[in-house]
Amino acid sequence: MFAKRHVISMREFSREEIDSVLDLAESLEPYARGGGCDALSGKILALLFFEPSTRTRLSFETAMMRLGGKTLSLGPTEGSAMAKGESLADTIRVIGAYADALVIRHPKEGSARLASQFSPVPVLNAGDGAGHHPTQTLLDLYTIRKESRLEDLRIALVGDLKYGRTVHSLAYALALYGADITLVSPQTLEMPDRIKADLAGKGTMVRETHALEDVLGEVDVLYITRIQKERFPDPYEYQKVAKSYRIGAESLAGARDRLIIMHPLPRVDEIAPEVDETRHAVYFRQSFYGVPVRMALLKMLIGDRLE
Amino acid sequence: MNDGEMKLRVTPIGNGTVIDHIPAGQALNVLKILGIDRTTQATISLLMNVSSRRSGRKDIVKVEDRELKEEEVNKISLIAPGATINIIRDRRVVDKYTVDMPDLIVGVLRCPNPSCISNTNEPINSRFIVKSKNPVILRCVYCEQAIAENIADYLI
Ligand SMILES: Nc1ncnc2c1ncn2[C@@H]1O[C@H](COP(=O)(O)OP(=O)(O)OP(=O)(O)O)[C@@H](O)[C@H]1O
Ligand SMILES: [Mg+2]
Ligand SMILES: [Zn+2]
Repeated sequence: MFAKRHVISMREFSREEIDSVLDLAESLEPYARGGGCDALSGKILALLFFEPSTRTRLSFETAMMRLGGKTLSLGPTEGSAMAKGESLADTIRVIGAYADALVIRHPKEGSARLASQFSPVPVLNAGDGAGHHPTQTLLDLYTIRKESRLEDLRIALVGDLKYGRTVHSLAYALALYGADITLVSPQTLEMPDRIKADLAGKGTMVRETHALEDVLGEVDVLYITRIQKERFPDPYEYQKVAKSYRIGAESLAGARDRLIIMHPLPRVDEIAPEVDETRHAVYFRQSFYGVPVRMALLKMLIGDRLE
Repeated sequence: MNDGEMKLRVTPIGNGTVIDHIPAGQALNVLKILGIDRTTQATISLLMNVSSRRSGRKDIVKVEDRELKEEEVNKISLIAPGATINIIRDRRVVDKYTVDMPDLIVGVLRCPNPSCISNTNEPINSRFIVKSKNPVILRCVYCEQAIAENIADYLI
């Protein structure tokens, strides 16, 4: 069911392919929790981070180590020094010859696609500027499937829906499952029309509101994203908006019993610490699920190739 | 003025290619896409804003002693979707077809997204997938940015 050579964009995933990744992740989860296995022993994963990202990098590293493989990594300082001296295409050709797969994060949009054209080995996109971050979307879907359900899902995407790339590709993937999606954002941070048009083209009509209270009692999942201060010219306006989207214990009074709250992390103060102790909070488990999901992708791309 | 009279304006060519029914004003962009510039050795005639029975006014480009290949000439469909290509041999039209938009446009347009990797000095050509031919909607293979309007503005 999984014939891909590279993982670049969620656009290229069918529902069947997503399901096959999530199924494998499920079977690898016990190894992710401890002990590991030796499915990829003797294999090397190169981590090329031209832009800082601790979380994603460590998660990939953990995934590779739990599979018995090794990693080598290029940090942002070396990366940018290299970027001055040679083209990304050349860097990819050189390092591609050392490793069995490459993970790349780069500030330019489309850089992972370019890497896939020059790499002799599979490429996984770990974020290309404002472009894609497919492994984040897959771990979000895994979390929803595991902690709630993907069928007949009612979900609210909350916060910065304009610039937040994670919500764009998540919305796109959820459309494949026919989810009922409500967009909750301040007026200035609404989801761009082209993304909504894209979703409509997939048969998914989204609802939009500015008020979180409107949907809190009706959804299975609240997916919270950070609203960045820099997006607001007026600091007072920012304060007002940020406050109205903050989740505290009191905001959950009318929530469904089985509501889950997700967040791609890091959070600043979108979710009050008191929420962490409630049954609704799944964001730390969500972050852990990045490990089995990335293990599944690595195993599919490096381990099980029928060539 | 009809086509018959027009032939008096430009001497008939013995062999070559006539690109007819170009929207008025686009002849120079057609040359640009074909990579025909001051370095060309070929004799080129350019007619702009001639009246046409079919479409009011049109431009025509005639390239002597060169039979343009279908795949190179198809790229002009981006700005001249109704253009007809006439292959001339011994002063006669021996082949005629309407340009057809290819599924992939390589190295013709610059991506409008300033932070796209295709706008850096990587050893690649820009690449756009044709999502729709009418209306024209293109999508950058690298960053997925769409181009739908003012296509001529993005000619490299
Ligand atoms: N020997 C030639 N030298 C220069 N131009 C030519 C020559 N033969 C034809 N043309 C030009 O090529 C175009 C196509 O010629 P054709 O005789 O097929 O005209 P047409 O019947 O009007 O075609 P269409 O239906 O495509 O408009 C016209 O613009 C004509 O002026
Ligand atoms: Mg005619
Ligand atoms: Zn682009």
